[in-house]
Amino acid sequence: MVHMAAPHSVDMREAAPTRQVDPVVVEDSESDTPWQAIVWNDPVNLMSYVTYVLQKLFGYPEPKATALMLDVHHKGKAAVSHGDKDKIEADVAKLHAAGLWATMQHA
Amino acid sequence: MNGWKRSGRGAKQRLVTSLEAQEVVVLRNLIVEVKQMLSGRGEENPTDELSVLTGIRTGPTSRPTDRVLARLLPDFTTEDADLAAGLRSLHEPELIEAKNAAASAVLEMLPAGGGKIELTPEQADTWLAALNDVRLALGTALDVSEDMPEELSPEDPRAPHLGVYHWLTFVQDALVQTRMQVR
Repeated sequence: MVHMAAPHSVDMREAAPTRQVDPVVVEDSESDTPWQAIVWNDPVNLMSYVTYVLQKLFGYPEPKATALMLDVHHKGKAAVSHGDKDKIEADVAKLHAAGLWATMQHA
Repeated sequence: MNGWKRSGRGAKQRLVTSLEAQEVVVLRNLIVEVKQMLSGRGEENPTDELSVLTGIRTGPTSRPTDRVLARLLPDFTTEDADLAAGLRSLHEPELIEAKNAAASAVLEMLPAGGGKIELTPEQADTWLAALNDVRLALGTALDVSEDMPEELSPEDPRAPHLGVYHWLTFVQDALVQTRMQVR
């Protein structure tokens, strides 16, 4: 590298202006990275209730809500919504209020 | 209680059932118990001077050690412990508040001594949430699993309580089915 020979302090000061740009870009793309709300299977929540909650909270038509519920039931979990971090955080809060076992994760 | 029926049309649609005196007692006791657990958790968090200054409530950052409370108030994420702690602190007070509000709404509508109950669709949604919380609490305490038999052997100390759980399941499932017919 060009500034390998430069003293560390100088190196850092020189690097600072260009580096300032990079982290901002990285952070932006991170917050744009889609998140997803996951609903997990649990032995208490009723299939009918899970389907109803997905229809009500997300406005999904019944066939879609039913398909997601069946994924939860048979595969153990399903991603029920996608979006930016704030949206998914709000979705998980709503799912918790309804009593579903939900978490958020990077898509 | 023999399930829920729909009555009326359009904006006047109601979901109707009637509860016997003993059913009201059982339901009331369960809801009060869950409410007390949630309120106890809420009080665990003393108001600090920062939240007094800013008016922003924060809850505890760690998952409840009690497994029933832990099921009612789940972690937001399993990927990142710091994020889970932060989101819990941010959202738990309002989650407890929402669950307590639903519980109180149902308690207020329970006819002492039994009787008819008529719910608007919105009230039915509140009932569904409160009934679900009670089932989560009881189901967790009973260690309910998907292959749980309808009845446990009489020696099992959980046997008498499982009947209550199955009854709650019937009440909730019937209410969901009826609610889904209301457009």
